Amino acid sequence: MLMTAPIMFFVFAIVALAAALGMLLSKNPVSSALWLILNLFCVAGLYLTLNAEFIAVIQVLVYAGAIMVLFVFVIMLLNLAELPDLKKVEWRRIIAFTMGMGLLSMLTFISANALDMLPNPPSLAAAAENGSVTNLGKALFTVYAMPLEIIGILLLAATIGAVVIAKRKPV
Amino acid sequence: MDLSQAYASMTGDLANTMSLLIVALAGLALVVFDAFKNRHAATPWIAGLALTAGFVFEVSRIGSAEGMAYYNMLRTGGSAAFVNALVLGSGVLSVILTAPYLKRIGHNIGEAYSMILFATVGMLVLGSANNLVTVFVGLETMSICLYILTGFIRSGPGSTESAFKYFLLGAFSTGFFLYGIALLYGATGTMDISAMRDTVADGGSIVFWAGVAMLLVGFLFKVSAAPFHMWTPDVYQGAPTTITGFMSTASKTAAFASLILILNVALPGERWSEVLAVFAVITMVLGNVIALSQSNIKRMLAYSSIAHAGYILVGLAAGSADGYSGALFYLMVYTIMNIGAFGVIALLEWDKKEGSEQTLDSLAGIGYKKPLLGWTMAVFMFSLAGFPPLGGFLGKWAVFAPAVEAGYVWLAIVGVLTSAVSAYYYLRVLVVFFMKPEDAQSGAAATNFVIPKSSAAVLIFCVVLLFLLGVTTYAIELTGSFF
Repeated sequence: MLMTAPIMFFVFAIVALAAALGMLLSKNPVSSALWLILNLFCVAGLYLTLNAEFIAVIQVLVYAGAIMVLFVFVIMLLNLAELPDLKKVEWRRIIAFTMGMGLLSMLTFISANALDMLPNPPSLAAAAENGSVTNLGKALFTVYAMPLEIIGILLLAATIGAVVIAKRKPV
Repeated sequence: MDLSQAYASMTGDLANTMSLLIVALAGLALVVFDAFKNRHAATPWIAGLALTAGFVFEVSRIGSAEGMAYYNMLRTGGSAAFVNALVLGSGVLSVILTAPYLKRIGHNIGEAYSMILFATVGMLVLGSANNLVTVFVGLETMSICLYILTGFIRSGPGSTESAFKYFLLGAFSTGFFLYGIALLYGATGTMDISAMRDTVADGGSIVFWAGVAMLLVGFLFKVSAAPFHMWTPDVYQGAPTTITGFMSTASKTAAFASLILILNVALPGERWSEVLAVFAVITMVLGNVIALSQSNIKRMLAYSSIAHAGYILVGLAAGSADGYSGALFYLMVYTIMNIGAFGVIALLEWDKKEGSEQTLDSLAGIGYKKPLLGWTMAVFMFSLAGFPPLGGFLGKWAVFAPAVEAGYVWLAIVGVLTSAVSAYYYLRVLVVFFMKPEDAQSGAAATNFVIPKSSAAVLIFCVVLLFLLGVTTYAIELTGSFF
């Protein structure tokens, strides 16, 4: 068990980098969005290997969930006929990608291990003490109660503004 | 943490931040009120009265000792009360000017007033924040409301274009700002600005200074200092004119107040003072020189406001108590003269595009036709150029003198030279107003309107204040007592 977290850290890191590149380089916005989802999940995995479970869950919920839905909606509004066709996914490419990523992450893991540069996450107990939902909720509703209320106003203002600006008939 | 005592200080905190409470609740009430009574005549009154109540409260608190509220998230009393009073006062004057303006251009939208109130909430939080979390929340609340206020008139492409530009660039600068905060937190382990000071006693790490640099980028964008000023002319030109007056003054006041607090409390001065001096020079030169060639008066005033951000940066670069209090005094004078100038321009536009395409020459001879507008504009222009005995002169002295004392003689020289340049374009407005023969088209348009009494009162009030600030030293002594 001891070695799996650092190994997984490098797997996620390498795949996140590759996915970010894939998102930037792919010509079709739909595959860009798919690459981005992969990237976001890998970053969530990074948080998991560093014992930050709550941030990992939030990462998946907020980014991979809500923000991606937004992106997909925007893509739907684009004129898809004008876009380059989606390439058919070949099994050989998937296998090559997986194996390449695996090899690369193992190599980086071994070099990082040799250079003594492995990540050093806090122990599970310490992480649970600081990052648990209970403590986060307590902090939000006591010390950070005032900024929380102001954020409420900010979101209300943004909603009203969106309606005012997006109304079909200008007033 | 023991939760039973968590809200023990809440009652006292609420009483100490009454202005924030009043403005926020009035904004929420207006949203509901406007939903039932659309375009009701009482809407601007509610907004104006809430802002006035907050203003009176903060003025009464200026003399009191500085304190903290909400777990050291906000500062109260003293300089924070002064900044808040400035923001609220600017809000009151803007609402009074905005109400007849929106009616005249036929876009009397009730949401505009709740947006002004919410923007003011953001500015109050930003101007008195003592924690990077509150700084960011305040900054964002202010910015989002200002994006909306810039773009809520959709009759032409101008306003929408400027709002979109403002939004994209603003969101980009927010990214820098947030990254800076994250780096600062990583380097110091705290978000509290006063606690940050103790952790940088040994000079600070490279991560810390990278965070400071990113934070500065965010702030300099918000105060439209060069080279982060690109958005300013387009946004000021396209936004509804009285709203431009509001955002060019109140948002700058709040952002500068927050920057002053961070510089004064958390950062050792010797490392960044030269950086700010360089930014001040670029801003002053660029703003003043480009303003020379503008034919649209709103665009000209936008470049002039960039130049004025440069003058205020001179005071900050000095890095002394005198410099900071001078900057606060300058912000006060700048608020009054800019609101006045935009207030006059708001009455003098008839291109049906919020004045975004109207040239200065179309206002030829207006000074004799509408003497009130002509003469108040003359006072604002002389004050912006820094002529004695007006407030603008004393303000410039208040920021340049500390710079000379701190050894930045060259900075003060550049400041004085560029102010001399600025006299050309400010006085050209007056030449056009009084000495050029009017052309038939604008002459006809000029006679077609009456000046609302409320707007006239605001303009005269601003003129009186500028004379008072120029000949009395009460305000400058007041700001001097803060640091």
